[in-house]
Amino acid sequence: MIARAHMQQYGTTEEDMAWVSVKNHRHGAKNDKAQFRREVTVEEVMSSSVVAEPLRLLHCSPVSDGAAAVLLCPLDHAKKYTDRPVKIVGSGLATDSLALAHRQDPAFLDAVQKSAERAYEMARLGPQDIQLAEVHDCFSIAEVCCIEALGFVEKGKGGPAAREGLTAVGGRIPVNTSGGLKSKGHPVGATGIAQAIEIFHQLRGEGGECQVENARIGLAQNMGGSGASSVVHIFQGV
Amino acid sequence: MPSPRYWREIPSRYRLEAGRCKGCGVVVFPARHICPSCRGEDVEKVRLSRKGKVITSTVIHVPPGEFLMEAPYAIALVQTPEGARLMTQVVDCDPSSVLPGMEVNLEFRLIRKEGQGGILCYGHKAVPTP
Repeated sequence: MIARAHMQQYGTTEEDMAWVSVKNHRHGAKNDKAQFRREVTVEEVMSSSVVAEPLRLLHCSPVSDGAAAVLLCPLDHAKKYTDRPVKIVGSGLATDSLALAHRQDPAFLDAVQKSAERAYEMARLGPQDIQLAEVHDCFSIAEVCCIEALGFVEKGKGGPAAREGLTAVGGRIPVNTSGGLKSKGHPVGATGIAQAIEIFHQLRGEGGECQVENARIGLAQNMGGSGASSVVHIFQGV
Repeated sequence: MPSPRYWREIPSRYRLEAGRCKGCGVVVFPARHICPSCRGEDVEKVRLSRKGKVITSTVIHVPPGEFLMEAPYAIALVQTPEGARLMTQVVDCDPSSVLPGMEVNLEFRLIRKEGQGGILCYGHKAVPTP
């Protein structure tokens, strides 16, 4: 319903959304920890079986088994564990109504925007400072809505971002270099930490084939309940 | 959903009972004790018009178990003239015809049967305005 509202309001197309999956699978194909390490084509996405219109199977992330862990400690202790720690410089949480009927605009994720604003404020940074991001692409439309709410593109302009290469490695703001929930997999409770781990690797220059050049500042956004709650963290290399 | 919970929802499910905030006028469905818009506590009961307009919609092709026999079926976010929004099934039409802007009537219908015991749960479904 969010997808159809976005299509209705901004002219986003099914093909725009398909490109989110194509892009994330391209990234995920190069991630040796991804669940689906293969590329998909726009044609494959557009001809996969329909789940809930306009979303097809290949617009949807899987439900996976998996685990993820990070070691958190005060920065002055971090050198005991690693020579190259990564710093959390911003953190924000926000909630919205779970019911779509009670949200201001079914095509916009308010909680994502509010959580991002809080994290940006704490970090004294803005969306233009972010060099890469892991966002909660539980469905292709979710990535479209998230990049708008995080301020990477204007409201309503998230549709063509993946198709135009803006959010691919090499683009202005690479999103989901791990493959995202779509290709890397979605072990629900472990997903948020797994996102932080991808940013950690990227900021240490360990992003492998999907390394973002000179990555210094990255963002991870995780949500639940189709945007009923959202958490944003901003990370910086030390 | 267990029956007791369903029964507690009878005012909204059977009568489309919503709450209108006397402070700011916002209509919320189902009714709440506190207005989510202005946090006012003076909320009066109103019954929604049994009609509305589709704001957004979907057609479910992979349904939860209880609705397997009904797939594919349309679900829509419907806004009534009072400004309240509710999520409802849209029936008696081709599901693919249910799109934003469609005018619908809200009709009292059987929603589901609970278990093997024959407990019937009623509520409202939307049908396209003739």
